Amino acid sequence: MRAKIEVRGISKTFPTRRGPLAVLDDISFSVGEGEFVAIIGPSGCGKSTLLGVLAGFEKADRGEVSVDGEPVREPRRTGIFIFQQPSLFPWLNLEGNLVFGLNGASPEERRRLVAHYISLVGLEGFEHAFPYQLSGGMQQRAELARALMVRPEILYMDEPFGALDALTRLRMRAELLRILSRERHTVLLVTHDVEEALHLADRVLLLSPRPAQIQTVIDVTLPRPRLLSSPALLALKASILKELGIGEVAEGAV
Amino acid sequence: MFSPDRRWLAALAPVALLFIVWHVAVVASQSLIFPTPWQVIVGLVELARQGLLIKHVVASLFRVTYGYLLAAALAIPVGMLMGWFATAHTLLNPLVQGLRPISPIAWIPLAILWFGVGDLSPIFLIFLSSFFPMVVGTAAGVMTIDKKLLRAATNFEFTGFRLFRSVVLPAALPQIVIGMRIGLGVAWLVVVAAEMIAVNSGLGYLIIDSRNAGNRYDLVVAGMVTIGVIGFLLDGLMRRLERLDEVRWRYET
Repeated sequence: MRAKIEVRGISKTFPTRRGPLAVLDDISFSVGEGEFVAIIGPSGCGKSTLLGVLAGFEKADRGEVSVDGEPVREPRRTGIFIFQQPSLFPWLNLEGNLVFGLNGASPEERRRLVAHYISLVGLEGFEHAFPYQLSGGMQQRAELARALMVRPEILYMDEPFGALDALTRLRMRAELLRILSRERHTVLLVTHDVEEALHLADRVLLLSPRPAQIQTVIDVTLPRPRLLSSPALLALKASILKELGIGEVAEGAV
Repeated sequence: MFSPDRRWLAALAPVALLFIVWHVAVVASQSLIFPTPWQVIVGLVELARQGLLIKHVVASLFRVTYGYLLAAALAIPVGMLMGWFATAHTLLNPLVQGLRPISPIAWIPLAILWFGVGDLSPIFLIFLSSFFPMVVGTAAGVMTIDKKLLRAATNFEFTGFRLFRSVVLPAALPQIVIGMRIGLGVAWLVVVAAEMIAVNSGLGYLIIDSRNAGNRYDLVVAGMVTIGVIGFLLDGLMRRLERLDEVRWRYET
């Protein structure tokens, strides 16, 4: 697998009233073409900042991120960021949101793409609905469809299902896997949900508390489709929770 | 509470009640100059027959249109600049906030000094009165744009004028419309005051002239009623703007 994203020695410090706060400390890793990498870490460890740096929204103090050998200096349409809170344009209906990022496509091409991605995320019949008329889960599907419309090579997902209820979250994970099985993308997912990471990712990067360093890298070799109740997955989950220092709490021993 | 077709009836009931109380009060007090509602209606009909009502209404609306459109043409771009560029905000906000609390009425002497007696003075006062609500509304609209939306647009490589047209303007539009509605309301309030002093036409002039020329209080109140009705209609017009798809999203969660 050829390296799609190369991260070399990323460090970042935020100035605060109580002095500088080191958030990222010398982080290096690479992501292969089409690989799904999950980034887990304790809350406030800087994993969202890391993802922001990778996507070009934030500048690192030191280090460099490159995609296909090109340094990342600003956000680009080849890598779309998906937030926890949907960022659909509220004055545009679903169709308007989907074509927002398209450049110079012919009307037929637009129609074809809209129809394709609306059906891919299962929102047929809602083409003319405004975001406020859609449920949280539907908005997140629409957000994903809008991202896929511009045929990005990379998806940066920052706790994309974090604001959804537990059932919808499970359904969205399955949907994401189904979509990725049809249209392969390189995905970076920030999450605090160990189970979610193990359900979705090829590899899990475990970050340490602030300033974040890569503490452990876990290759998830479990066969797909993955069963959340499989002993192998549960064992892996237990070992990661132990790494995070909350193994006993998670097992209900305390 | 009320079905849509009954809502009109429900809204008219307090008006009818006011007319009854008013009529009884005038009759009971045996006032010689204060008119009964009926006398006001007769006065309105008299003004309409002489063609004076339409003449004064048109004069007032003409001044409001000019002053208001001028204000909008300046206030919306300035508000946008203040909302988007921190430097523009730092430079202009103290000035705007310092001038804003000065009642347009206080500007009347200066207006007459600068623009003399004629249409320009009231147009200037209307401009002043509606400028500030629109500047403040527009600036607030731009400053409170959801950062997520700007981030998303940046991700699709929208910059410069394209970002402005596709995101900043539509995102700020609901607040701009609120500013425009408040601005129009204030403009309509101020035109009357301005016309009492600097000109010899318009509804403000009608009111002050009716009083000065023989205590025609029936015409004074007729002028007031006309102002109320037109102000109500103008506000209704602006409220229709708020129901457009481009604006309504702000009021839906």
